[in-house]
Amino acid sequence: MAGTPRTLNASRSWGLAFDDLDRAWRQRQLWGHLGWQDIKQRYRRSILGPLWITISMAVTAVALGVLYAGLFGNRLEEQLPYILVGFIVWAFIGSSITDGCVVFISNEGLIKHLPAPITVHVYRLVWRQMLFFAHNLLVYAVMLIVFPQPLSLSSLAAVPAFALLVLNGFWVALLVGVVSTRFRDLPPVAQSVVQLMFFLTPIVWIYEDLLNSPNETIAARAQLAELNPFLHFMEIIRRPMLGASFELRHWVVVLVITAVGWALTLVVLRNYRARVSYWV
Amino acid sequence: MVSIAVRDASVDFPIFDAGTRSLKKAMLGVVGGRISPNASKVVVIEALRGITLDLQHGARVGLIGHNGAGKSTLLRLLSGIYEPTAGTASVQGRVAPVFDLGVGMDPEISGYENIVIRGLFLGMTRREMDDRVEDIAEFTELGDYLQMPLRTYSTGMRVRLALGVVTSIDPEILLLDEGIGAVDAGFLRKARGRLTDLVDRAGLLVFASHSDELLRELCDTAIWLDRGQIRMHGPLDEVLTEYKNREPGPKRRPPPGGPR
Repeated sequence: MAGTPRTLNASRSWGLAFDDLDRAWRQRQLWGHLGWQDIKQRYRRSILGPLWITISMAVTAVALGVLYAGLFGNRLEEQLPYILVGFIVWAFIGSSITDGCVVFISNEGLIKHLPAPITVHVYRLVWRQMLFFAHNLLVYAVMLIVFPQPLSLSSLAAVPAFALLVLNGFWVALLVGVVSTRFRDLPPVAQSVVQLMFFLTPIVWIYEDLLNSPNETIAARAQLAELNPFLHFMEIIRRPMLGASFELRHWVVVLVITAVGWALTLVVLRNYRARVSYWV
Repeated sequence: MVSIAVRDASVDFPIFDAGTRSLKKAMLGVVGGRISPNASKVVVIEALRGITLDLQHGARVGLIGHNGAGKSTLLRLLSGIYEPTAGTASVQGRVAPVFDLGVGMDPEISGYENIVIRGLFLGMTRREMDDRVEDIAEFTELGDYLQMPLRTYSTGMRVRLALGVVTSIDPEILLLDEGIGAVDAGFLRKARGRLTDLVDRAGLLVFASHSDELLRELCDTAIWLDRGQIRMHGPLDEVLTEYKNREPGPKRRPPPGGPR
């Protein structure tokens, strides 16, 4: 930051777009601190603090696991881990979108009063989601003890899968963040879409059970879920976490979405980065 | 070398009311829906127009002008928060702005934590800020108060904190908005010493204020902004005199017939 002359003008430049991402990355002490602060803030003055994230996830997953195991007539040791991992992953995906919508709007004060690259706020958001994810992993760890899963070496695929989730969370938050700042209708729209997608994505219902359903209409309809991009994000990480086999097609879809999404987002960043402080 | 070079820069704000900001209107506009042509046109406010400015190391510039003349916008342009919609602004040197004092401060966390976060925002590292906390505590005279949550602070105490941070991090370009008027005279004298030191060492100061007294304390030249344009730029006293003559404030022009 110090000593580097910066000439700013109205031009839409690739250089300034990448410079924003790069300078924000170098301020990781800042967003690292703010991300933690966000979490501590939420549970300030509570005794258990951020552990509440873990507890509420555990309660929801257990309650719904028991409920849906009963409703669908599934075995609990199958249904509960499925729902739990689904919830943990969905918490990350869903809030990357809904929080992403307000990533700049809710930081209006900071953006207008302290000069910083705008993507600082996106790094902070993604980092916060990662911290939430880490808290929820505790529930997963306990679950592994109660309901052991057939984990193998290939379960390590969950690590690059999570990296892909993070990479996509970043572009999604940045993209919807910029668009929402300009068009304030997007946040409520996104909220509804995320809610709807929660039901359309196999989280409480078990995808493979429906695919192999004896009822052919149900099986055919379940095929439609392949068109849901969230299904593929869910599968690349849930399958290894539950010790299921590797399915190439989910990875291919996710990789294509990652590339296309980033390309689109970089164009938006190049064209509208400088406008964000005018729009908020 | 610290410098600010602004060439023919303008800052135009699009004003989106609830209508034009909505996606629906934009969509309908594209499809040629039933909205009047005026409704889809965004109103633009020219906050700054054709600003050309060269400031070098050692400059201590006051910004004067009416409310809404563009003083704060110019400060934000110089700090890089707004990039000019036309023209260019080139700023060389580490910038530290003190604008609205409530912003970027979290009322729930301690003064100490706020010092660190503010420093991080201005490009410092945690360690660098930890090293400076003692110094800031001493300068601000806040002492043990730094352990208390910020919501317990008075406005003046917040100003002290913000000034303490920006002056401790050795900025090369210091941009102050009027808010710092909230501190008491004693502290201001102390701050003045520190600010002039800063400017002498390597810096440049731009200070927007309505207070002649404060301006005389901190600045030697001044820029008079009028409706987004530079009306005059010169020695502080000359600009102040001219400003007063040309734009008599309501207080200075007694109503005809004298006081009732």
